[in-house]
Amino acid sequence: MTTPILIQESPVADLAAHTAHPAGFAHQFEDMDQQHAAGNLGMWVFLITEIMFFGGLFAGYIIYRALYLPAFERGSRLLNVNLGATNTVVLIASSLTMALAIHAAQAGKSKGTIIFYLVLTMILGATFLGVKFIFEWRRDYLEALVPGINFVVRPEEWGPMASHVQMFFCFYFFMTGLHALHMIVGIGILTVLIIMAARGRFSDEYYFPLEVSGLYWHFVDIVWIFLFPLLYLIGGTYAMKGGR
Amino acid sequence: MSTPGPNDHDVPAESRVNYLNASYGIRSWLLTTDHKRIALLYLASITLMFFVGGAFAVLMRIHLIEPQGALVEPETYNKLFTMHGVVMIFFFLIPSIPATLGNFLVPMMIGARDLAFPKLNLLSWYIFIVGAIFTLYAAVTGGIDTGWTFYTPYSSTYAHTQVVPVALGVFITGFSSILTGLNFVVTIHKMRAPGLTWFRLPLFIWAIYATSIIFILGTPVLAITIFLLGLERLLHVGIFDPAIGGDPLLFQHMFWFYSHPAVYIMILPGMGVMSELITCFSKKRIFGYSFVGFSSMAIAVISFLVWGHHMFVTGQSIYAGLIFSVLSFLVAIPSAVKVFNWTATLYKGSISYQAPMLYALGFIGLFTMGGLTGLFLASLATDVHLNGTYFIVAHFHYIMVGGAVMAYLGGIHFWWPKITGRLYPDGWARFAALIIFVGFNLTFFPQFMMGYLGMPRRYAVYPAEFQVLNVMSSAGASILGIGYLIPLVYFIWSMRYGPVAGPNPWGAKGLEWETPSPPPTENFEEIPVVTEEAYDYANPHPGVARG
Repeated sequence: MTTPILIQESPVADLAAHTAHPAGFAHQFEDMDQQHAAGNLGMWVFLITEIMFFGGLFAGYIIYRALYLPAFERGSRLLNVNLGATNTVVLIASSLTMALAIHAAQAGKSKGTIIFYLVLTMILGATFLGVKFIFEWRRDYLEALVPGINFVVRPEEWGPMASHVQMFFCFYFFMTGLHALHMIVGIGILTVLIIMAARGRFSDEYYFPLEVSGLYWHFVDIVWIFLFPLLYLIGGTYAMKGGR
Repeated sequence: MSTPGPNDHDVPAESRVNYLNASYGIRSWLLTTDHKRIALLYLASITLMFFVGGAFAVLMRIHLIEPQGALVEPETYNKLFTMHGVVMIFFFLIPSIPATLGNFLVPMMIGARDLAFPKLNLLSWYIFIVGAIFTLYAAVTGGIDTGWTFYTPYSSTYAHTQVVPVALGVFITGFSSILTGLNFVVTIHKMRAPGLTWFRLPLFIWAIYATSIIFILGTPVLAITIFLLGLERLLHVGIFDPAIGGDPLLFQHMFWFYSHPAVYIMILPGMGVMSELITCFSKKRIFGYSFVGFSSMAIAVISFLVWGHHMFVTGQSIYAGLIFSVLSFLVAIPSAVKVFNWTATLYKGSISYQAPMLYALGFIGLFTMGGLTGLFLASLATDVHLNGTYFIVAHFHYIMVGGAVMAYLGGIHFWWPKITGRLYPDGWARFAALIIFVGFNLTFFPQFMMGYLGMPRRYAVYPAEFQVLNVMSSAGASILGIGYLIPLVYFIWSMRYGPVAGPNPWGAKGLEWETPSPPPTENFEEIPVVTEEAYDYANPHPGVARG
């Protein structure tokens, strides 16, 4: 009964029968346009699920921020705005290089150009994570600000809502942690794209995986664009320095 | 029994290459990307989970024969009802019709060769299996006693049971739903056959589409909620933790934001199956096609706005309660539209009472009862009396077992000849349908009465005056259990010994009946061109142009 050799005659064999089609064509579609449209819609639908996924956290954030605004402001002031701002610039730059990689493929540029922009995107993404892990989270850990691990409540320093500052840090770590996880996945996707590009898979006719991955990358950036002000800027650090 | 269809090519199913005999061996199944084979993988896995969840229910019903409890310790009883709920809801009801019949039928009904993302489809099944393994692991290593709703702070702080593995199992399985929903939405949007406009689609597709919308918008919220719960349990601090200002009720809001729409995930596909069964076995076009189609979408939309009716007694503001109550009444309207339209379809139809139709007729009655008792619970004042009693249990089971499971079984019976190419013994099937109907009502109708009289749910013991009703319920459960085992036997029997079905044993309309049974791997020799409305039973010819 179990004759795995016969698997050659399985549906997989249908793929081989369609080799007359352009590279990357999947057998269940009628033509390449249909495949593109389906892939694009698929990614957009996936991003909708991501919005709902992050949305749960954002909803919780909004509720507790409304309840405990002073504590959230106090917590926000314990973050390093300069590092957060640097990372924002880094991520926006990575979105630009991602877009340039797609454009290079569309314009039929050499595979070296495509790989150059993809690697640049990857370096910027890795920079973001490096700043996050090495400079921010490590310092938070040393300052005993990680809930569930070593958080120390400082009532004399933080005032009446001190116990709720930990709530802010719960959101800070959950939200930035989830975002960092998406960045890591994104870097994995970039690795696959670079391998595909190195094998010369992309051309001005077939750049579709780049386009769809780009949607994901931009989405992760946009999440950060929301996280940065919500987490880093609500404490009014700069206003404080101005003598508030 | 049934005459072979007109298009039967007089070849036994075995000699023709189809999706079942195109390749052999365990690998050809575990690595398949064929939506039909993946549907069968799901069918086998959820059938297993159904009987696992059923076993927990059997133990509960045996225990409740005596007022002081006949079988287990109260702690064990808590684990039994929790595991019953978790397994049945997340591992049977939610994937049931979408993952089996949906997977099998969506590409066939819209005239496509497969779903848009076949590998993603296989991945969904593996994700489901991993989630199921975590949950079953928890079941055999101590179980969980929080109730299927995982309410905080009990689940996050006080429970001493396997909350994290079960939460992980539910979290993981959610992604299987998300990917399935994504696959369906893209497939239905982009891969319909030429001529198959939105308003020519079978209503099953409309129902699956509406369900997929809920999968996409709701399940991620459950995922993040369960994720936060798991983190809170592991780290002993989190956003539902009152010690740092967290509100356990926020968990309930976030949980029901998904889990109320989730009950429509469970019932909407059943409603889609109903529209197919009622039209086929009364040989009539559905009454009010667009109303039935849009009512599915209306249910999907309104379902997201009613979660607060699970929280009438939690101290949410009276105005919120008022609005949630009104919106809950509103969701009854599209449901009623469907029931009226199915009934109107029967009117002056040439009705035949084959097994799938018996399930469909059972659905109409039981769903109506479940739906109307839902209105008792949507009313603020009566809910205060009935909340947390067996009335809720009975209401829920009338919708989920009397509705969703009846439709699921009806659908499996209806499309079984298409899936396997074989017919099951119709006499036995009708007998089983009858047994299930009787057993079901005997199990759950007494629970309405218990609940109305004030017997609370989730208790291992009860006052002696409820014993008669409880014994009735347990007796019904044993009949129901036998009713579920009979189809299992004759379905397995029919795969080998059943008569060859032919492409269209019911004389049904729809693209899936235009192709041989079992279908070839690529579904259609050439993609059909659709020229007629759905359910055009007045026109005996297939509604597709060849070539």
